[in-house]
Amino acid sequence: MVDFADPLIRMALVIGLLGSATAVTALLGRRALVIAYPVCIVASTIAVVTDLSVLLANTSSTAHLPIGLPTIGLRFRLDALSALFGLVVNLGVFAAALYGLGLDRQSELSPRVEPFFAAFAATMNVVLIADDAFAFLFSWELMSVTSWALVLANHEDAEARRASHVYLVMASIGTMALLFAFGGLAGPAGAYDFATMRATTFPPALAGLVLVAVLVGTGSKAGIMPLHAWLPLAHPAAPSHVSALMSGVMTKVAIYGLIRIVFDLIGAPIWWWSLPLIILGAATAVGALLYAVLDEDLKRVLAYSTVENIGIIYVGLGLAIAFKATGLDSAAAVALTAALLHVIYHSWYKSLLFLGAGAVLHATGRRDFAGLGGLIHRMPKTAALFLVGALAISALPPLNGFVSEWLLFQSILAGPQFSEPVLRFMTPVVGGLLALSAALAAACFVRVYGIVFLGRPRSPEAAAAREVPRLQYAAMMMLAALCVAGGLFGALVIAALAPVTEQLVGARLPGLGTGPTPLSLIAFDLARSTYDAPTIAVFVAFSATATALLVHWVSNRRTRRAPAWDCGFPDPSPMTQYSASSFSQPLRRVYGTTAFSASEEVDMPTPGETRPARLTVVQVDHIWNALYELPAIWLIAVSRRANVLQFLTIRRYLVLMFGALIAFLILKAVWL
Amino acid sequence: MPDALLMLLGQGVQMLLVLTIAPAITGLVRLTKARLMRRQGPPLLQAYRDLVKLVHKESVVAESASWLFRVAPYMVFALTWVAAALIPTFAAGLMFNWAADAIALVAILGAARATLALAGMDVGTSFGGLGSSREMMIATLAEPAMLLVVLTLSVTAGSTRLPEVASFFLNQPLAVRISLALALIALIIVAMAENARIPVDNPATHLELTMVHEAMVLEYSGRHLAMVEAAAQLRLVAYIALIACLFVPFGMAPAGAGPVAWLLGLVSFLAKMVAGAMMLGIWEVAIAKMRVFRVPEFLGIAFIFAFLAILLTFLTKELIG
Repeated sequence: MVDFADPLIRMALVIGLLGSATAVTALLGRRALVIAYPVCIVASTIAVVTDLSVLLANTSSTAHLPIGLPTIGLRFRLDALSALFGLVVNLGVFAAALYGLGLDRQSELSPRVEPFFAAFAATMNVVLIADDAFAFLFSWELMSVTSWALVLANHEDAEARRASHVYLVMASIGTMALLFAFGGLAGPAGAYDFATMRATTFPPALAGLVLVAVLVGTGSKAGIMPLHAWLPLAHPAAPSHVSALMSGVMTKVAIYGLIRIVFDLIGAPIWWWSLPLIILGAATAVGALLYAVLDEDLKRVLAYSTVENIGIIYVGLGLAIAFKATGLDSAAAVALTAALLHVIYHSWYKSLLFLGAGAVLHATGRRDFAGLGGLIHRMPKTAALFLVGALAISALPPLNGFVSEWLLFQSILAGPQFSEPVLRFMTPVVGGLLALSAALAAACFVRVYGIVFLGRPRSPEAAAAREVPRLQYAAMMMLAALCVAGGLFGALVIAALAPVTEQLVGARLPGLGTGPTPLSLIAFDLARSTYDAPTIAVFVAFSATATALLVHWVSNRRTRRAPAWDCGFPDPSPMTQYSASSFSQPLRRVYGTTAFSASEEVDMPTPGETRPARLTVVQVDHIWNALYELPAIWLIAVSRRANVLQFLTIRRYLVLMFGALIAFLILKAVWL
Repeated sequence: MPDALLMLLGQGVQMLLVLTIAPAITGLVRLTKARLMRRQGPPLLQAYRDLVKLVHKESVVAESASWLFRVAPYMVFALTWVAAALIPTFAAGLMFNWAADAIALVAILGAARATLALAGMDVGTSFGGLGSSREMMIATLAEPAMLLVVLTLSVTAGSTRLPEVASFFLNQPLAVRISLALALIALIIVAMAENARIPVDNPATHLELTMVHEAMVLEYSGRHLAMVEAAAQLRLVAYIALIACLFVPFGMAPAGAGPVAWLLGLVSFLAKMVAGAMMLGIWEVAIAKMRVFRVPEFLGIAFIFAFLAILLTFLTKELIG
């Protein structure tokens, strides 16, 4: 008899449902494609309920299946941490599937997308409940491969092919690094299950090596700089609801891997472990936004912004390690809560923004800023929902992005308590970089929203855009509602996170009801810091409404529509509007000259000449050139040289083999 | 619950107070400048009259404007008003001071700025985009500097809540601290940038390629323009009040004090506002407007100073105690 009260059984049902959806859609062909999204919706609903109950009840259940590696089998475990990330994954899957349900059955379903979509959702769930290295790595690889297939869905596009190639290389490097990490954790005895790893204490040198491997392994999936290069290529190439999953959700699965290994498996942290996380995270938070603010492709900007948010999460995790290692448990809880909250909230608004970008792409067929504009008139609902996402990701109160940002700054304020001088020096630097990244994010999303939705249409496609189907709108609506609710009721989400922080760092934030109102947010104690989003929201709403009513009552209420004023010289051509590149020109001059060696070349014809004037902007991507292009050039050069070995005569091969044998024998004799 | 009622009353008084004095403070800056230039200058009441006149005028809305253009002025006004109302002015520990700490305050002002920048891009003109783009560029430098300043003071006082910070400095023996001096300079520079004052921007010009804030709100007229202007005046009050609250909290009624202490606090607050406005006027007369691409260097100074301030505070925290 199967007991459906066991959360793992329910998760098995979820994975089974998703797996069978994959099988049916893959085997039965086009007619069966329609079942993919309804099944995903049902499965993710069950999973959300299960994860929520596990998280709130703070239970943990394990299972051991006799399949998989001989004599070892597969182990699964669902605890509060897994449930938390399961919630993130399955809410994302739910929204993306709801959006997918709105796709046109005749023209927009493809056997290249729907089977892999369900499989992708299933594998992410398996990664989260894996409880031994084999199950983890196997499902991790399946997750990479299914998402790779989704990136390649539009395989006629050369850019998509290139993106999927880069992604595949980066995913292989990542898995290789994780293999090393688990090899180190398994020890000479080869204990693959997480329970044994958890019980073992590792020598610091080994733990340090494992940490580096984990950072590379999970960092390449999450997109931490400089391992981010595949993300802005691959995320835009996939269909939009898949981009939402990859950017909003899959990066979080990578964060889960990092937290699971570093906070749970390696054991008690040492303070300097935090340094790579904090440094890389802070550099990513600023660096990725500099890319985002200068880019001119809607989906690529969103992908860069994902990289930025991963950086913020890394900073939170790094600070949590540092606080934990130096015995400041309550500060560690604040930093970890900030990081986890950012994981949840980012998955919401980033999915929302990608679905919005999908709606724009669907309505206009374009995602380049040069062809968009004025969509707020043609697609008012999408525009309103995208605005919620854009304001949330810019960390503006009272939306949810600000809650995690606020907590992170609170944890930085505990920095003077560090006993390590290096950390004490580091925290204000990180604080400055985070502040810079918050301001840049606002500039970036004002630009995105202003160019795409405001102003006048820059192309005939944008001028003829139509609102998206109702189901897609419902998917965005759900995420936008979550963003608003998450901002107002952040204290409730934090209370739900308490078991996880308790499990990982042994402390929690002050609970509900300790502040002035039941929903006040308190980081350490009441005298130190409070933030009360509902009160602020009520205040702002009240004063805005009261003012509007009063002004309308006093004034003559007359409003006249007229051509734009524009200082007396309005030009009917939409080309005279500020464009995306003109908007970012001041930022490019201030930041781009150092970060990208950006320069402008003005070619101004002399009076009387008839050729047009030209402005060319040159930007150099130093990270791509130094860390991707250069090794590839070397690799190709070495391969060319080694290629000679392929065309030798049989005598030469024999000589080579004989020589190698002699060399090894000598080595053996001398060394051992 | 007479105490709670009193606190509520205090909060209401403050909300009305900042709103009432806002046009006068802007008027005072103008008057100071005019007198220093040997002009008669507009009377203090002129700023109020301008607002009333604008409210009564017809609003002209561009054909390409959306609902965002018409909603934004009220949102900007409300956000700025709430921010100004949450800064302790004449008394610490009013009813709703706890709702937002210093970090949230910076973010609320940021939300107002982002809303206005979006409205600037809504009509789709070159001037609007120019203003928004420059405003956001300036913000990317000014906002981090401001955050670092409030973090510095929060670390020193051991709290991010403004009433606590103010009372901490009230109860401290008067002493010059380098980190606080740096933070003060940084915050003043930020305040000049955020309020579109000389040398960053010139509130008195129109039709100049160097204008930022005025370019952004160029399309507004009538009651919408009145809201935008009122928000700008409130923002000036908020920044002067913030500087006063953080660096010269003297005279402010401590938490739990009665209406008598409030009156004293009110007098000192008004004196500080007048002093701040007059100093701003003198400064504006004494200095010339910068080119737009010199502004990042000017704001860079603020960022560096704020950063040095927080670094000093972090490294010497236990020496101060």
